[in-house]
Amino acid sequence: MSVIYLLIPLASALGIGAVWAFVRATRAGQFDDLETPAHRILHDDDGEP
Amino acid sequence: MSTVASERSETQVVSPCAHCGLPVPPGMVDASAPEQFCCSGCRVVRRTIESCGLGRYYGMKTDGFAQPARPTGRAYAEMDDRAFLDRHAPLVAPGLRSTELILEGVHCSACVWLLEKLPRVLAGVVEARLDLRRATLRVTWDETALPLSKVARTLDGFGYRPHAGRDPEARAARQHEDRRMLVRIGVAGAGAGNVMLLAFALYGGHFHGMQGEYARLFRWTSLAIALVVLLWPGGLFFRGAWAALRTRSAHLDLPIAIALAAGMVAGTLNTILDRGDIYFDSLTGLVFLLLVGRYVQRRIERRASDAVEWLFSLTPRVARLCEGDHIREVPPETLRPDHVVEVRPGDSFPADGVVCDGQSSVNLAFITGESRPLTVREGDAVFAAATNLGRVLKVRITTTGRATRVGKLLTLVEECGRRKAPIVQLADRMAGWFTVAAMGLFVVTLCTWLLVDAAHAVDHAITLLIVSCPCGLGLATPLAVSVALGRAARSHILVKGGEVLERLGRRSTSAPVLFLDKTGTLTEDNLTVVAWHQDPKAAHLGLRAWVAELETQSAHPIAQAFAAEAEGKMAAELLASHDTGIEGRVDGHGLLVGSRRFVCQRVQHVPAWAEAMRQTFSAQGQTPVWIAVDGNVSALAGVGGRVRPDAQQTISAFQRRGLRVEILSGDDPAAVLAVGATLGLSPEHCHGGLGPEDKVRAVEAARRDGPVVMVGDGVNDAAALSAASVGVAVHGGAEASLVAADVYLGRPGLSGLVDLFGGATRTLKVIRRCLAVSLGYNVVAATLALTGIVNALQAAILMPLASFTVLAMALWMPTFRNHQEPSCP
Repeated sequence: MSVIYLLIPLASALGIGAVWAFVRATRAGQFDDLETPAHRILHDDDGEP
Repeated sequence: MSTVASERSETQVVSPCAHCGLPVPPGMVDASAPEQFCCSGCRVVRRTIESCGLGRYYGMKTDGFAQPARPTGRAYAEMDDRAFLDRHAPLVAPGLRSTELILEGVHCSACVWLLEKLPRVLAGVVEARLDLRRATLRVTWDETALPLSKVARTLDGFGYRPHAGRDPEARAARQHEDRRMLVRIGVAGAGAGNVMLLAFALYGGHFHGMQGEYARLFRWTSLAIALVVLLWPGGLFFRGAWAALRTRSAHLDLPIAIALAAGMVAGTLNTILDRGDIYFDSLTGLVFLLLVGRYVQRRIERRASDAVEWLFSLTPRVARLCEGDHIREVPPETLRPDHVVEVRPGDSFPADGVVCDGQSSVNLAFITGESRPLTVREGDAVFAAATNLGRVLKVRITTTGRATRVGKLLTLVEECGRRKAPIVQLADRMAGWFTVAAMGLFVVTLCTWLLVDAAHAVDHAITLLIVSCPCGLGLATPLAVSVALGRAARSHILVKGGEVLERLGRRSTSAPVLFLDKTGTLTEDNLTVVAWHQDPKAAHLGLRAWVAELETQSAHPIAQAFAAEAEGKMAAELLASHDTGIEGRVDGHGLLVGSRRFVCQRVQHVPAWAEAMRQTFSAQGQTPVWIAVDGNVSALAGVGGRVRPDAQQTISAFQRRGLRVEILSGDDPAAVLAVGATLGLSPEHCHGGLGPEDKVRAVEAARRDGPVVMVGDGVNDAAALSAASVGVAVHGGAEASLVAADVYLGRPGLSGLVDLFGGATRTLKVIRRCLAVSLGYNVVAATLALTGIVNALQAAILMPLASFTVLAMALWMPTFRNHQEPSCP
């Protein structure tokens, strides 16, 4: 059971990483517009060079 | 008319327009062309799009909302102005600027594709990103490579008319606040989830046994996470509670903060002392749920203000400055006295001034409430926000900005807004009582248990504080309000905030007063022929149709009232057109249509009946129009604003509800009385000839007795809208009235007003029921805690149950009806 002493800090580190990523994404404005990306993804495979 | 149109469309094969997809009118069909267009605008736009190599756009367009394109061909030179760029388009990198343009006509995913191809079409545009919901395009471009006006002209050529946003600073601040709230929710959610996982383990250990050292590890980890959640996202509630304490006002944050603090302190102590319950799972879950509730409400309220802002930006913020023979488009802020500007028909004046060239008629309805257009010629004063109806005018500016008549009105609007005391919302009022009750019970529990069982006294008292946290309360109001606002917006009623619903729906001792403006609110904006009197001797002539046909050839606003009835069945020949009348020939008869002076100078004899009718029409506030056939006065028409078809029904609906309905108008008292009489209002309830200040005085006098709802559309109503308990701006209202009003009716007519009242009453009912359920739960839980029957675990299970009940009620109970359904039984 003592592996829990390793697992909990590890899980916490992962959690903190995810929260950090979310905060960064939010501050960069990735969640400002939740509608248009759904449309955009449909036609990005255009014959760009 | 409509039957004629439908017959046509049945007999002809309708081909859709190659740009917008709407049926092409038979007159526009060109059999030799492979593609048909409904208008020249669509043709130009399709050519432009194809010449840019973006023809694929038409392949991906989906059906649905479409409208014909109308490229304006404007130069958009004002967008290259230095001051404009510095305000709206900040530098994002050396030489690169970025701005947001609000676009008209954006509707589907093909638009996203087309608009984001802008960098390929225009060298120098670095990026173009469209926000479909807000119809806003963010453009980043290299200012050394091309000017912004070029971008704007290209967008215009594609059929998307671009507009600059109004208040970039406020928008940026709102965006920043939204992001911060989302970060808070994210952190609280992640924290709550992790604490919940640890709590599962702890509860499992509670029942099946767990080694002490592991339990301690779990408890300490929970403490660490809960501290982060409570101090970072949860700090919002503590700050709110502190502000409430400092201003000695009741606020829902206060009892929430007390529960959070009590739980946190008790949990921390128990963790350190390694005994009793920790409450971190409930606390973090609570913070998360409450934040979500607030965020949802704010997003819905934001949607209403976004929609209003979108409407604002549609009025062009540009003045056409004359520099010698050359005309330059500039932002109106840069105008100075003695500048000369050109004002085209349909445009509004950018500042107060004096006409120095030209002759036209001016619509002052927004400013004074006067329904009749005013004729202006050289030397006459014109005012900002009035609309030029007739011909091109040159105006020498006398005053600009705040010093204009409209500017002064706006200052009055702000003053009235400041004087308006905020109302204490139902949830906050309850919160005050809640805090007192919870603290009282806390003391009682603590004292009682100290006598009975001192060891568990603190535990029981703390449990009481936690279960009595008004989380149902904190969740119920924002959810019920946001659901109601969302439904209202779907039936085109934009409400700017939840408290508006409370002001409208609250039961009060005295009946509310409903003040209605006349011009543009009770009556329609554009002029129509409301009365027609024909000489019996000329009764065999189809005179009205003749006049309609002849008047299609004049641009005068009164002529437009007649022309609206034209069916295009006969030929009319225009012989002469003057400022006050026209002369023509229809069906072999000579026709004179115009003012009394114009017509009477050209006939031998003025009959007595005509003179009498003229006085009747004038007394009713209509403009009399004289019609003579072959040198004899044969008919008299009264032109004015027609009363909206649903006005009568709306007013009776409110009178049945027991409201006092009155008219406050700036128009001629006789005209107001006449409209009031047709609507069944007694003369003492019809007030005419009121200036903006008089309207404010009337509203404030009535407010001393009870709530006042003011409905209006003009700048002259704006101050009264802002002074009233609730101000409602109607469809097509002036910008200032939109700013001042709390509610905007987005569909023409007044029926939305009935829905608004009904919806607000029902929403308050839902809120009250949610509050009752959540209070009932709190009372039961507090009793159980007081007697020591429940422990923290059971409280933690009961808590979300209450929240879910409230959530379900807020979502499913009826508030605003869909407006397709009949609104009255």
